[in-house]
Amino acid sequence: MIMVARNLADPIIVSDPANQGMHMATTLTINGETKSFDAPPDMPLLWVLRDILGMTGTKFGCGIAQCGACTVHVDGKAVRSCVLPVSAVANRAVTTIEHVGSTPSGAKVQKAWLDAEVIQCGYCQSGQIMSAAALLAATPNPDDADIDAAMAGNICRCGTYVRIREAIKLAATGRQS
Amino acid sequence: MNAPDNVSRRALLTGGLATGLLLAFHLPLRADPNEPVQKDVTDGKFAPNAFIRIDATGRTVLMMPQVEMGQGVYTSISMILAEELDADWDKVEVQHAPPNDKFYANPVFGLQATGGSTSIRAWWMPLRKAGATARAMLIQAAASQWGVDAASCTASKGEVAHAASGRKLGYGELALAAQSQTPPKDVAIKDPKNFVLIGQPLKRLDTPDKVNGKALYGIDAILPDMKIAVIANCPVFGGKVGKVDDSAATKIAGVRKVVVLDDAVAVIGDHMWAAKKGLDAVKIEWNEGPNAKISTKDIWQDLRAASEKDGAVAKSTGDIAKALASGDKFEAAYEMPFLAHASMEPVNATVRVTKDSCEIWTGTQIMTRVQSEAAKAAGVAVDKVIVNQHLLGGGFGRKLEPDMVVAAVRIAKQVDYPVKVIWTREEDIQHDVYRPVYRDQITASLVDGKVAAWKYKVAGSAVIARWLPPAFQKGIDIDAIDAAVDAPYDFANFHVEYVRVEPPAVPTGFWRGVGPNNNVFAIECAMDELARKAGKDPVEFRRSMLTKNPRALAVLNLVAEKSGWGQPLPPRVGRGVCLQPSFASFLATVVEAEIDDSGEIALRRVTSVVDTGIAVNPDTVKAQIEGGLVFGLTAALYGEITIDNGRVQQSNFHDYRMMRINETPKIEVTVVKSGESPGGIGEAGVNAGPPALRNAIYAATGVVLRRLPIDRKLLAVGKKA
Repeated sequence: MIMVARNLADPIIVSDPANQGMHMATTLTINGETKSFDAPPDMPLLWVLRDILGMTGTKFGCGIAQCGACTVHVDGKAVRSCVLPVSAVANRAVTTIEHVGSTPSGAKVQKAWLDAEVIQCGYCQSGQIMSAAALLAATPNPDDADIDAAMAGNICRCGTYVRIREAIKLAATGRQS
Repeated sequence: MNAPDNVSRRALLTGGLATGLLLAFHLPLRADPNEPVQKDVTDGKFAPNAFIRIDATGRTVLMMPQVEMGQGVYTSISMILAEELDADWDKVEVQHAPPNDKFYANPVFGLQATGGSTSIRAWWMPLRKAGATARAMLIQAAASQWGVDAASCTASKGEVAHAASGRKLGYGELALAAQSQTPPKDVAIKDPKNFVLIGQPLKRLDTPDKVNGKALYGIDAILPDMKIAVIANCPVFGGKVGKVDDSAATKIAGVRKVVVLDDAVAVIGDHMWAAKKGLDAVKIEWNEGPNAKISTKDIWQDLRAASEKDGAVAKSTGDIAKALASGDKFEAAYEMPFLAHASMEPVNATVRVTKDSCEIWTGTQIMTRVQSEAAKAAGVAVDKVIVNQHLLGGGFGRKLEPDMVVAAVRIAKQVDYPVKVIWTREEDIQHDVYRPVYRDQITASLVDGKVAAWKYKVAGSAVIARWLPPAFQKGIDIDAIDAAVDAPYDFANFHVEYVRVEPPAVPTGFWRGVGPNNNVFAIECAMDELARKAGKDPVEFRRSMLTKNPRALAVLNLVAEKSGWGQPLPPRVGRGVCLQPSFASFLATVVEAEIDDSGEIALRRVTSVVDTGIAVNPDTVKAQIEGGLVFGLTAALYGEITIDNGRVQQSNFHDYRMMRINETPKIEVTVVKSGESPGGIGEAGVNAGPPALRNAIYAATGVVLRRLPIDRKLLAVGKKA
């Protein structure tokens, strides 16, 4: 155990919603819970999650949908939250890394990630896991081409790609490739 | 070839500084209870030294003197401590050490820095002794309670046992009594054959929190009343802020304040989106200053000219002038570009400044320097600066610099609430501290198919002169020539020089792989060209000159076997080899690549064999080589920062590209068993990728590439370099 992790039960402190001139009340379903807050309609979902709701598991990497660190699920599909205006996901189901373990494919991916010891710095891995979980939910037994197509949008600067490939196969089949 | 315990890099010895740096470090046997950073964590606990805390419940907290940025060091350091402590591995917790050079300075640098693949080499013996000292004190405490001879007691998995009477006591039960024991003067450490943790592929301690969003990086800091700031540094190196019109920005909802510094403008908002939109709306006129016209084109011209001068001699054996005068002569220059670090977590720092204090939340590789530089910027005493260390979302050398913290302090000074300053990816890439451009020249002569003379001149920026000034002596950057002076081959007449050439205004710094990046590339490219000149197979040519280097020869032989070296390949497919002794590890790598008719490169397979001495955690060693190879191959395939009109031209991952999973081949890493002291491992793989790939291309196409990144245009069918 490392003492540099957030207890998810801790109260989340968010900035006070002053200065609301251009903001609008928004309601989202995030991880099965209804969340209401004020945000500008063009604000990307990433910053709603991180800076308004205090859910920091979803990461900022590039801001232009090039690296995949910000990947979340919207209605089960992997999307880049850094370029997704919050107004586009109103009343749709958003799942983040904090909750993906409650889905069957997410739980399998998390376990395989630890069994294959994929992770190094870990910063991109929230996004990698979200992309992999969406892949397995849609394609339970992916081949290398399926993995390339689903995962090529996620950059890992530590270079864990070999183990990501191995872990996806492990999650799919329950055995080492 | 290495100093005891591999602590001092050869280069540091060359600089005549290793002794001083090493003596500056001593292992504190008992924490001073008056030491403020220690007091709160030692109360009521067994705290035999700065690294171990055991409370009455047996909870064992290990203090980490090195930072976790993905390299697995929290786990490896814990394994070393727990091994000699005979701790119960399941009860081990790790906590980041506070900034304190007295207790936690890296023995190689004399300051609390994580870099240069030094963590395990530097801490191997000090931490073993720290663990063994604690174990001895726990045994003494039990023995005295039982009234038996300590020598008749043993320790295992967090318990002391007395076999003759069958009695046992847990470390928690012994903690208070152990605290009053006298530490042994010359503590015995384990015979490696008795290791139970070291050498096992144990699961990492930091990864479970990294699969569910719980792990906290610096960028994840959240404080009451905190606001978010986005910064625009002057786009021209060294330029200043001229006129600022913030009238549109301050009208944007959520914007709190526009902060104008002398060289940067920042916008503080309720959230990142407000801050970013606010900054986009600020009209800034920059005073571009004297560097408005600098370009990499001119920098290269200057470097090429300067590199022709004689350099400071770093090493010279035999009679190089005489030896070069005979035989078959070879001359080549290898050129390496500026590179950005691009860690996935963009540069950031969260700061709260009050009249007489400063508190920082960030992930840094250099805690004490962050603390002292923040104190200067905040105008408070060093001991009034608290640094809360976080996990690093990649470091790669970028976070060996305190500039992002200093910038955040300057912004936070202007407000009375905490501010998280985040650099966009564009700022992160365009205001990095860059891996310098290098030009490496090798002049050699061949006699009877072997290298009879080897003259190697490195020209480039002296990062060491800025970062660790006492280590820059006699005009030699000990990092830039680190692997040049350690070439593994039997070169009877051997000469290494260094020419310091500083690019105007472009800040230069350490980049994963550090100095050996340029050295290993030049040496291993030249060796392949020399092999061809001698009419020999590249592996056979190297083998014939490794008579005094059995560890290098062994990894080369094994990689040849495992990679299928010499087996037939289709047209335009080649294998390239790289052999390197760097960071006191020995690594041999073979890359197999295919080059299509348009010059595009497909990596087919990478095979590496590494002898890193005792592998504390062999799975971590394997992972570091795998990742390092991808890091290095990325640089070879894509990495180049260019400058025009004083500005960096790349800005994000679309034009500063990274390798992706679809470009990554099968990578097989073999860790050989060894009883030698551990070597460094975080950087070695980075060095191996570029020369091995370049040599594979040479084998596949015959094209002689001497410049990185690889220019595909030269590889199209019908082209000649």
